[in-house]
Amino acid sequence: MEPAINGQDQPAIIVIDRLSFQREDRKILDDVSLTIQKGTIVGIMGPSGIGKTTLLSLINALETPDSGSVYFQGANMHQLDDRTLYAARKKIGHMFQNGALFGHLSVFENVAFPLRENTNLSEDMIRDLVMLKLETVGLRGVWNKMPGQLSGGMARRVALARATALDPDLMLYDEPFTGQDPISTGVLTTSICKMRDILGLTSIVVSHDMEAITKIADVIYLIGDAKVLASGSAADILASTNPAVRQFVSGSADGVIPFHCPASTTLTQDLLYVG
Amino acid sequence: MLDNIRYIGHHTLSFIERIGMACCFLLKMTIRVPRKWWHWYTIIEQIYFLGVLSLVIILISGGFIGMVVALQGFHTLSDFGAQSELSRLIALSVFRELGPVVTALLFAGRAGSALTAEVGLMKTDNQLTSMEVMAVDPLSYVGFPRLIAGIIVVPLLTILFSATAIYAGYWVSVAWLGIDGGTFLSVMKSGVDFHDDVMQGIIKSIIFGLVIVYIAIYQGFYTQQSASGLGRAATKTVVFSSIAILGLDFLLTAFMLGA
Repeated sequence: MEPAINGQDQPAIIVIDRLSFQREDRKILDDVSLTIQKGTIVGIMGPSGIGKTTLLSLINALETPDSGSVYFQGANMHQLDDRTLYAARKKIGHMFQNGALFGHLSVFENVAFPLRENTNLSEDMIRDLVMLKLETVGLRGVWNKMPGQLSGGMARRVALARATALDPDLMLYDEPFTGQDPISTGVLTTSICKMRDILGLTSIVVSHDMEAITKIADVIYLIGDAKVLASGSAADILASTNPAVRQFVSGSADGVIPFHCPASTTLTQDLLYVG
Repeated sequence: MLDNIRYIGHHTLSFIERIGMACCFLLKMTIRVPRKWWHWYTIIEQIYFLGVLSLVIILISGGFIGMVVALQGFHTLSDFGAQSELSRLIALSVFRELGPVVTALLFAGRAGSALTAEVGLMKTDNQLTSMEVMAVDPLSYVGFPRLIAGIIVVPLLTILFSATAIYAGYWVSVAWLGIDGGTFLSVMKSGVDFHDDVMQGIIKSIIFGLVIVYIAIYQGFYTQQSASGLGRAATKTVVFSSIAILGLDFLLTAFMLGA
């Protein structure tokens, strides 16, 4: 049963149906199903290395699942031909964890890139749009800098401006708050909420920032052990009695979610060179 | 026993799969012609990056090779009293073999490795993936212009290499070995056929250019996303390109000579 969002029935923009994905011998996602409704902000949380970024890649058909499907606006993303897939991707903004800016292009050219490639807008129009996007993330002043001259946080904000350049229907954010100062985090969270409220934009935000996610997300999915451990509103998650959720929220190393990666030997054996 | 059979079968299948992947990659890269005019402008940038920046090593190497061939040729031809044929020896060696092969080997070392490093870094930084998510085909935006630039640049570099080598050979022959300049030029003119000799080298160099740039881009696209992975990919580009150049040179020579 999917959680209700503010008591409203929104059409689904993303439907993930029994998705399984394995990398080498490690199961990343196992029979995961979830529905994301249009105009909502969805937070994806979970321990590091659990497969949150992979989930975003699967949604955008950058990875191929072992089984299951991802439907975006009713179309199965993994069964589209190249042309239709690219058409679908024009409606999806994807902000990468490291920004993934083009090192040979300036900040301005990076943000202009999707507009130049996918529209027939005039240069004047592109210039105005780029400046507006950069203004939104507070970086209009560095339009002529190269990505190498920016801090990690600034590069991610430029990446956000670039990802939203085509005014997508769905935004995928991978760790947008990492490396941001409190002011930038505040501006980013406000921007994500405004884009939902004014434009009806759907956002999927992968983040470890508990405070920021609980502040903005309509629904939070907690992923662990290749499954959805819990889902619900921020209040539901914070009030949950589920041991895994409690441990994640409290940040405790001891609990059902292991802090240590599985090892074939014990620490004592390793220290004593046994085995 | 069964393990050995399984091991051989697994590696054979994975080898065939890699060959198939590589063929599909080349096919996709050649058919994904850029849609926007400024992608074609990238070809000019790449001609500068791959060609102009390789000029120094090509010209210096061409000069030294021309001088060495002149000295070695003179030494050998003197035994038969055929020193006057030196210019024919230099021209045929350079136009048919040394020009295209040495230029391609130098190009693989200078530009091929740099190309792999550039594309590999784009892969490591997720820049290629970010093109995908912005509905831009990386093969069309990154691969195609570089491939065309390589096909244009390597023959041009070969022509410059050959011209430098022959000029250096002329200089050594005339100024040092005492061969008459007029004889040198007239023997060369009578002994070299444009279609059979010069064009043979140029056709080879076009194929070498295609192969080197293809290997470099393929290695960049499929590099392991780490610093050591990038280094290995650049090394593979130079090694695979060098082997491919020498192997193809043999096949093309056999084909062109009608053997």
